[in-house]
Amino acid sequence: MSEARVFFNFAVTADSHRLPAYRDRRGYGALEKALREMAPAAVEAEVKASGLRGRGGAGFPTGMKWSFVDRKSPVVYLCCNADEGEPGTFKDRWIFENASHQLIEGVLLASYALGVRHAFIYLRGEFDLPYRRLCEALAEARGAGLVGERILGSSFSCDIIAHRGAGAYVCGEESSLLTSLEGFKGYPRNKPPFPAVKGLYQAPTVINNVETLATIPWIIARGGTAYASIGAEKNSGTRLFGISGHVNKPGLYERPTGYPLKRIIFDDAGGVRGGKGLKAVIPGGSSTPVLTAAEIDGITLDAESVQAAGSMLGSGGIIVVAEGTCMVRLLRVLTRFYAHESCGQCTPCREGSAWMDEIVGRICAGKGEEGDLERLEGITRGIMGNTVCALGDAASMPVASFIQKFRDEFAYFIKYGRSMHAGRLEV
Amino acid sequence: MSCLNERFDRLRAAYPAEMASSLVLPLLHLMQQEKGHLTESDALHIADYLGVPAMQVKEALTWYTMFHRRPVGRHVIKVCRNIACSLMGAERLLGHLTARLGIGEGETTADGRFTLLAVECLASCGTAPAMQVNDTYHEGLTEEKIDRILEELP
Repeated sequence: MSEARVFFNFAVTADSHRLPAYRDRRGYGALEKALREMAPAAVEAEVKASGLRGRGGAGFPTGMKWSFVDRKSPVVYLCCNADEGEPGTFKDRWIFENASHQLIEGVLLASYALGVRHAFIYLRGEFDLPYRRLCEALAEARGAGLVGERILGSSFSCDIIAHRGAGAYVCGEESSLLTSLEGFKGYPRNKPPFPAVKGLYQAPTVINNVETLATIPWIIARGGTAYASIGAEKNSGTRLFGISGHVNKPGLYERPTGYPLKRIIFDDAGGVRGGKGLKAVIPGGSSTPVLTAAEIDGITLDAESVQAAGSMLGSGGIIVVAEGTCMVRLLRVLTRFYAHESCGQCTPCREGSAWMDEIVGRICAGKGEEGDLERLEGITRGIMGNTVCALGDAASMPVASFIQKFRDEFAYFIKYGRSMHAGRLEV
Repeated sequence: MSCLNERFDRLRAAYPAEMASSLVLPLLHLMQQEKGHLTESDALHIADYLGVPAMQVKEALTWYTMFHRRPVGRHVIKVCRNIACSLMGAERLLGHLTARLGIGEGETTADGRFTLLAVECLASCGTAPAMQVNDTYHEGLTEEKIDRILEELP
């Protein structure tokens, strides 16, 4: 099953994203099968058996998330999290642009399993082509009786609403997404209660990532056990890994979980640009702790392996950094980002992310002071674990890990007022 | 406003009736598309139309970064400055645009054609460096490619 492909199983052409092409690939076959011969609980059982874990970053088992929903509730909502904003991540966008119908089919299957009448797809506001492709696909699906009242002549009815955000990284956090979808500034909420208990408009709500939902048609068509047989133990299936930064062939690669990290960087992505050596890898989106070249030895692309190496697989966005890059100025790019995106609700994150950016900015301006690194470390400790949502941790982990792994470079910048690598970000 | 309200009605019909509050962002988007930038009175109009508190719409207007509260140029250029684009030359390209347009980040050219913004990750990391001109993504940018894009804009 090493060649199994859930996404990259067709050639992208001018109309491969349209309904006829999707039908030619046996699209909506899983939906027909479910509506004809499976009870909602059977759909959920297959998803549980598949071992599918959420692809948004946290990696929570999808079937278990679904099982938390109270089926006696008169209303249950499904929200597809398409606020793809974690730097280094660009997989959901590909799904919208090339396989919106596969996502729609997944949303319908999940809605059928959960008893959802209205499902929402929350896309980040910048996604113009993805939004247009999704709206086209929804119109095609409605026209074909696949979305709306009494789908395919069954008693199952479900509407799907495409909803655009308006430029806020934090809205990718599930409770913030709900607040935003309710029409407010996107402040995250305290958990518990979890969205599965009190979510959108206080109703039980399941929030799943785009890639997660778009995987479900495959699972229903071929069975949960078949999916579970792909990839690494406890991490079944394939994932869309995005490789960016200093590699020769950046892009999206679908690989089974458990695939060697070095192989994807050096074989698939063609190695480091300009024949340079590898300096660092951020393995799962910008929030995950940076790893040095030495630390990536033997890592495989599954949550446990990356975690054992001291980082996280997160959203599968692998950022590669070449020798000769200034890690201090690279960190500044991230501190500026998190300071900008902190929503303002919790004091440790709001103030702390701005302080960290100010101090790293001061170091980059050649005005670093003795004690700055300890100050930064102190701030990360003050933020982590002390905020409503994970953005505080996301802002702190890069700072803590960059300083820990590249301390000499930071100390040099502070001592001499200049970069050890001429401030280079490009190689 | 009546023609705008008809468009509001069409959008509202897509949502469950009890979810009027969810229409805040879609209506702000629609209004901005129509008017270029948004003012407090636009927020009040939406609040009035939806029957939600004015403060809720004003907060949304000021909190989300995609809403412009000052007039912007005909073409709003958003250059990604996040990590993957930085590793591929975002600073250099931003410098090129600044020099070519004669304006800094956040500014609009005197003829009202261009506004230049530096923005966070656009999810174009695999095709970095990237920018968005109004709604359209442009990726794999070089100085020459940027020049061509600017020349072809109306």
